[in-house]
Amino acid sequence: MKSSPENMNCTDFQAHLPELIASGEDLSSHPHFSTCELCRALLADLETIAQAARDLFPSVEPPDDLWSHIETAIQAESNSNSSPAKPQQRPDSK
Amino acid sequence: MVGNIAEAEDLTQEAFLQLHRKIATFRGDSAFSTWLHRLAINVVLMQLRKKGLSLISLDEAMEPAPEEGPGRSFGASDLVLSGAIDRLALERAVADLPAGYRLIFILHDVEGYEHNEIAAMLDCSIGNSKSQLHKARLKLREALRAQPAPEPSSRTSPQATEEEVHS
Repeated sequence: MKSSPENMNCTDFQAHLPELIASGEDLSSHPHFSTCELCRALLADLETIAQAARDLFPSVEPPDDLWSHIETAIQAESNSNSSPAKPQQRPDSK
Repeated sequence: MVGNIAEAEDLTQEAFLQLHRKIATFRGDSAFSTWLHRLAINVVLMQLRKKGLSLISLDEAMEPAPEEGPGRSFGASDLVLSGAIDRLALERAVADLPAGYRLIFILHDVEGYEHNEIAAMLDCSIGNSKSQLHKARLKLREALRAQPAPEPSSRTSPQATEEEVHS
């Protein structure tokens, strides 16, 4: 398999992309990158996707009563475990 | 991760219940935060399994998929993604990813975890995390290229904050 940077074709280059991208190194000086428009386009797209991902799924604060529900559920489960006859039930189960 | 606030709240509660049940099994082999995050992720994956979504087992999620090799998206020369991406289209594409890819993509690209952190959380190799992230991005690219051109109002802004907490 061709693996030296100078001899890489697109398949070789793309096979190494996960490592190359994760390394954070500047790929603009890579021999294949500098000569292949398709792989430059691929890399640009992947970088665009990664950049856009930071804007996804805006932050959502949990409601004020979520923790009290959790505490109640844990307490109920503890009580259930100490008294096996009682059924186990989440307080906010629908 | 699940795309639904009410469901996320239910899963948060379930994660704390699991924590309460399993805290005694924590041996300190990893950081507590890593152990807790893995527990929470497994709660999410179990929920996805209940809903019958594709790729639910964490082990399966970490398995390489040879049919989706690195050259799969090679060959298209139009640079449709350059510049800006329709945010809603990207969110839909992320939601449509197989669960394992979605998990890695959200942990790394959305929440900002490093590959070594993800590998510890998911009990996989760092190389596997890199590979799965790459495949996730390729799938997203493929999905986005099939989308019509974005409306300017829904494009992502060029500046992004990284301190957000994501549900």
